[in-house]
Amino acid sequence: MKSNKPDVGPLLEIKNLKKYFEIKGGGALGRKKQILKAVDDVSFEIYRGETLGLVGESGCGKSTLGRNILRLQDPTAGEVVYGQENILDYSKKQMRSLRKDMQIIYQDPFGSLNPRFTIGQIIGEMYEIHGLAKGAEKETKVKELLELVGLDANRYHSYPHEFSGGQRQRVGIARALALQPEFIVADEPVSALDVSVQSQVINLLIQLKKEMGLTMLFIAHGLNVVRHISDRVGVMYLGKLVELSDTDSIFNEPAHPYTAALLSTVPEADPEARKERIVLKGEVPSPASPPSGCNFRTRCPLATERCSQEVPQWQETRNGHFTACHYPLEKGETLRDAIAQRGNDADKKMNNLIMA
Amino acid sequence: MLKVENLVTGYRGKEGFVRAVDGVSFDIKKGETVCIVGESGSGKSVTSMSVMRLVEFENGEIISGSIEYMGEELTTKSNEEMRKIRGAEISMIFQEPLTALNPVFTVGKQIVEAIRYHQPLNKKQAMDRAQELLEMVGLSEPKTRLKQYPHELSGGMRQRVMIAIALASEPKLLIADEPTTALDVTIEAQILDLLRKLREEEEMSIMLVTHDIGVAAELSHRIIIMYAGKIMEIAESKELFEQPHHPYTKGLLESVPKMSGERGELLPTIEGTIPGLDQMPEGCRFAPRCEFATKKCHEENPPLESKRGRQVACWHVEEFLKSEEHHFSRKEDSIEVK
Repeated sequence: MKSNKPDVGPLLEIKNLKKYFEIKGGGALGRKKQILKAVDDVSFEIYRGETLGLVGESGCGKSTLGRNILRLQDPTAGEVVYGQENILDYSKKQMRSLRKDMQIIYQDPFGSLNPRFTIGQIIGEMYEIHGLAKGAEKETKVKELLELVGLDANRYHSYPHEFSGGQRQRVGIARALALQPEFIVADEPVSALDVSVQSQVINLLIQLKKEMGLTMLFIAHGLNVVRHISDRVGVMYLGKLVELSDTDSIFNEPAHPYTAALLSTVPEADPEARKERIVLKGEVPSPASPPSGCNFRTRCPLATERCSQEVPQWQETRNGHFTACHYPLEKGETLRDAIAQRGNDADKKMNNLIMA
Repeated sequence: MLKVENLVTGYRGKEGFVRAVDGVSFDIKKGETVCIVGESGSGKSVTSMSVMRLVEFENGEIISGSIEYMGEELTTKSNEEMRKIRGAEISMIFQEPLTALNPVFTVGKQIVEAIRYHQPLNKKQAMDRAQELLEMVGLSEPKTRLKQYPHELSGGMRQRVMIAIALASEPKLLIADEPTTALDVTIEAQILDLLRKLREEEEMSIMLVTHDIGVAAELSHRIIIMYAGKIMEIAESKELFEQPHHPYTKGLLESVPKMSGERGELLPTIEGTIPGLDQMPEGCRFAPRCEFATKKCHEENPPLESKRGRQVACWHVEEFLKSEEHHFSRKEDSIEVK
C-alpha cells in the first residue's frame, strides 16, 4: 500500500471541527463553568478508499473526533462535508439515511453487543431498521456476512457470550458492514484483543477494505498497528491535530517534535532494533486548562518564548505533510540533532530529557 | 534466588477445579530481570500471585510444587510469616495503580505505613524517608505529593507512588504485574526507564509479567513464554528474538506488526483461539493451533526440557528448527536471484 493520494479526491472534508464540553467545578466556589476543548479546531480530508490512522494518547480527543464526524455526538462548531453537503446541517431523518453510508466499529466487543439478542438479531436489525430485508432474505444476508468476517454461519442463533473476544469483534465488524457503508470509523478495534487474535482481526480489516473499497478512519494508540494498516496517519495531542502525512513520511521523517518523541518510545519486539529513545518528561496537561500558545510546549524540548505566545498554524510544511509547529523538523533531521543545534541553552534542554 | 518447581495453582469454580497454572518451573537469579510473557489465560499473573501467596485471597489454591526463596520454602509458610516476607523481601506492583491505593488516605500516610511496618522509624523519620523514595521514583514536588490523595494524581504518578511503596523496605525481588499496561506510551517509557534505573542502582531482581513482547524486549535478561497454564519456552532475551525454538513463540513474535516491517501486508497469524480453562486440550496445550502437531502432541504433554542451550516444551523442536532454516535459506536464495 503506497501512499495513494488518489485523484478521486476527498470523501470527507472536516473543517475547523470543534467539540467543547462545559464542565462544572471551575472557580473558587466551583460555580464557574469551565470549557473543556476535547477537539479544538481540527481540519483535514479523508480520501476515498484510504485508511487514515489517527493516533494519540488517552484524552487527546481522537475518539471524540471520530464520533463527531459520524454525528454520534454533535460538534460545537465546524463542518463535515460529505458529497458537497455539510452533514452537520442534516435533519434527523437525513442523518438516518446517511447512517447506511457511515458506520462505526467499537473497541469493546463485550460492551457493544446486546447480550439478550442473538447474533442473527443483532446484525439482522441493521436491515430491518432501514427496511432493506426481512425474514428469510435477511437471514441469508446475515449468514453471508458471518462467513465474510470468518464466522460459522451456523452460529446465527448464538448469543454474544458464546463467542470469544476476537469472534465478538468479528460480529461487530459484520454489523458495521451490513449496509455496505462507504466509510467506517474503527475506534480502537483491536486494542482489547490478545496478540494472536489481534493479527487475525487486522488481517480481516485489510482484506475487507480491499474487497469492499472501504474508506476507514482507524483510531488507535498502538503505533505499530496504525503504521501497518494506514495509508496516512494523523497525530493528535490535547485536542489538536499536530501532524498529518502519508504513513512512511510520518514514521520515517516526522516533522513535529511530539511525533518524533512518541515514535522513539515505542517498545519494539526486537532487542536489535533498539533505537535512541527520547523520553518526554512530565505529563499531558489537563484539557480543561491547556497551556497558552502551543499545547505541547510544556513538554517540548524545542520550545521557545514564541511557543507560549502564539498558537502555531496548521499548515503544509512539506508536500502533503501538514504540521502545527513553529519549529518543525526538517526532512531527515532527528529530534536529537534539532535539540543540539537549535537552542542556545541546548545543554539544559538535553538534561530535561532522558536519552538512552 | 527464587526457584519455582512444578507449581500447580488452581481455582475452585462452579464447574469443578481448574488449573490456571499447571506444572511451572523456573528460577530467577540475583540482579536478574525475568519476564513472563503470555496472552490472557496463560497463567502469567497467577504465577506471580502464587509466588506472593496472594492467590489464596482470590479463592485460588497452590495445589502442589515448591516455591523456594533464598533457600526457604514459601508454600508451607503461615500467613503471618508470609506477611513479613511480602513487602520486606518481595514487593509487588500491579497494573491498576488507582485501585491498589487507598482513596481515603494521603499518599504520604500510605508510604509511611509501609515503611514503618518493616522498619523501626518514628513518624518524622518515616516521612523523610517517604520523601526520599518519591524523589527516587522521579516524582516532581515530592513534598506536595505526600499531602495529596490518590485521585489528585495522574495514572503515571500513581504508578510511581506504587513503586515507591514497593521499594519502601528495599526488597530484593520486585514483582511487576503489567506495570505499564494502563499507561500511555510516553508515560510507559518513563516507568520503564525508572525500572531500568532501579535495577541498576538497587541491584534488585525483577519479575515482570506482561502481555507486551515489546516491553519484555526492552527490559528483560531472560524471557519465559507461557501459554494456557504452561511454560512453552525459556530463553535469554536476545536469543529468543533471534530464533524462537517453540512454534508458539514464533507465532507470537510474528503476529505483532513491526515498526520496520512491510506495511499493509497480511500478518502471519496463529489460527484458532486460546482454550478456556475448563476446556484444556489433552497433550500439548498448543497442539490444536500448531502446524507441526502430530498424534503424539495431541496425546502426550511435552515436558520442558533443555534443548540447544535453552528450555523448550515441544516434541518437535528439531523438525520446527529445520523448517525454519529451510525457510531462511529459501529467503536468502530469493534475494540472490534478485
